[in-house]
Amino acid sequence: MAQGVLIFAEQREGVLKPSSLEAATLGRELKKQIGGELSVAIIGANSSSLSSEFKQYGVDKVYLADSEELNQYDGERYTALLAEAVSKAEPSVLIIVASAMGKDIAPRVASSLDAGLATDCTDVEVIDGKIIITRPVYAGKAFIKLRIDSDIQILSIRPNVFPKKVEGDTDPEVIDLQIGEKKYPVSEVQHVKSERPELTEASIIVSGGRGMGGPENFHVTEELADVLGAAVGASRAVVDAGWRPHTEQVGQTGKTVSPNLYIACGISGAIQHLAGMSSSKVIVAINKDAEAPIFKVATYGIVGDLFEVVPKMIESIKSLNETS
Amino acid sequence: MNIVVCMKSVPSSETKVKINSDGVTIEQTDVVFEINPYDEYAIEEAIRAKEAHGGKVTILTLGAATATQNIRKALAMGADEALHLICENTELADSSAIAELLYSAIKEIEFDVIFCGKKAIDCDNHQLPNRLAQLLDIPAVTAISNLELTTESGSAKRNIEGGTELISVNLPALFSAEKGLNEPRYASLPGIMAAKKKPLEERQVSLSNEKSTVLSLELPPPKPKGRIVGEGPEAAGELVRILREEAKVI
Repeated sequence: MAQGVLIFAEQREGVLKPSSLEAATLGRELKKQIGGELSVAIIGANSSSLSSEFKQYGVDKVYLADSEELNQYDGERYTALLAEAVSKAEPSVLIIVASAMGKDIAPRVASSLDAGLATDCTDVEVIDGKIIITRPVYAGKAFIKLRIDSDIQILSIRPNVFPKKVEGDTDPEVIDLQIGEKKYPVSEVQHVKSERPELTEASIIVSGGRGMGGPENFHVTEELADVLGAAVGASRAVVDAGWRPHTEQVGQTGKTVSPNLYIACGISGAIQHLAGMSSSKVIVAINKDAEAPIFKVATYGIVGDLFEVVPKMIESIKSLNETS
Repeated sequence: MNIVVCMKSVPSSETKVKINSDGVTIEQTDVVFEINPYDEYAIEEAIRAKEAHGGKVTILTLGAATATQNIRKALAMGADEALHLICENTELADSSAIAELLYSAIKEIEFDVIFCGKKAIDCDNHQLPNRLAQLLDIPAVTAISNLELTTESGSAKRNIEGGTELISVNLPALFSAEKGLNEPRYASLPGIMAAKKKPLEERQVSLSNEKSTVLSLELPPPKPKGRIVGEGPEAAGELVRILREEAKVI
């Protein structure tokens, strides 16, 4: 009989993804309601030390695969190991973070376990021992509630939505996983790093749209992003115009984000853009056009020329940072 | 090189979502259905692969009978033939059941490469490509922004948080497309004419063995009315103060 909750702890290069602790917190709360144990699957090179990061999250068991062979994410290998952890832990719920890695591994493991999966969940409740999941569809223009009918209920959670919270102190038992043979040769996996915080993980995002006037003006939003430690986003219009890279696009055909603060500079607010960012906790709009649709979703707005407003904002943030 | 492209017909990204009285589907009157934008990159990549290596491109669609017009668009872009698995109300249906139906159809087709979009912009499930690869027992590289394909292997670039992964796999393999993979072509007039005569097989299918159940579909709660802090640069200082002291987000 399946019982308890298993968390997939995501790491790269021995560094735990912070949202894995959000998953652990959710897992602990679910476990209180559905019973069983809370376990964590940790997979990766030099990953054994990561189990201590879960001590304050009520984890009972750690399923560990720590080997040099696992130094890069490999869908086939990681899936086999996660499936092995599932067969050992027999959880009724498996939680994965809906990151680039999580979006790749979740359907693989769901398929290999012949199980249902709900991706990018933003709310979870327990009714009669089964979990009911809420997740955005149409990029957040609507929300669906669903139930998973397989023995194991797999969900991936949107980063930044479920708060993490320490509680108690446990000394989890560690169980090793067996690393099997690879079936599909992967000749090369390289990992190239870039510098700014990633959009889907950032707690603050500064985005620019058509009102930026041209690619040469984005230093203005970049500078605001830098004083705030924020990620840089863009509207579809400016990505399609070639002003900014595709990786920065926020919206229904780009990234769906829910940071604590979203600052939209010179973005009018096309429906597909609003879908991708309107679940942000606080939205600031700076736009010349007082009638722009972006003001309908904005928590705070300034009607004005962003090239005058943004430098003043940077100035006052800097002076606040100096005095505090 | 034989290539299969999985394509979904979806409400355009400009659609305003309204929910039907059944509480689990959206109103489709006045909704414009288009090729899922990520699938357009998949179709374009497939046609380029055919142009480079020969062979043929087969479009595989699961969905309502009305998807035909978008299948013809894919044929007009340069795909060779299509198989349409007709099934109503699959927009938000269980991914596992959909993958099984596509799997049953694909295993009877000879292929070297399968292209998909990384996700459909209606259900946002992000599940189908990997479920399909898993059922077919072939390697998959998802959400790729670059691909170098030979007759034996594919080297793909995939964006991850703060970086890029480069992954090479042997064929047969599945790749799912991210925006930026290519610039999809417009169908030419001769292409549109030719598409009318290209083979399009239709089969009625039904979903079975679903592993999830939709309970309800709701619109997001309305946003509380925002506040215009002021006009022009004079308001910037006040905005920063509010963000720091009231909203506590900076």
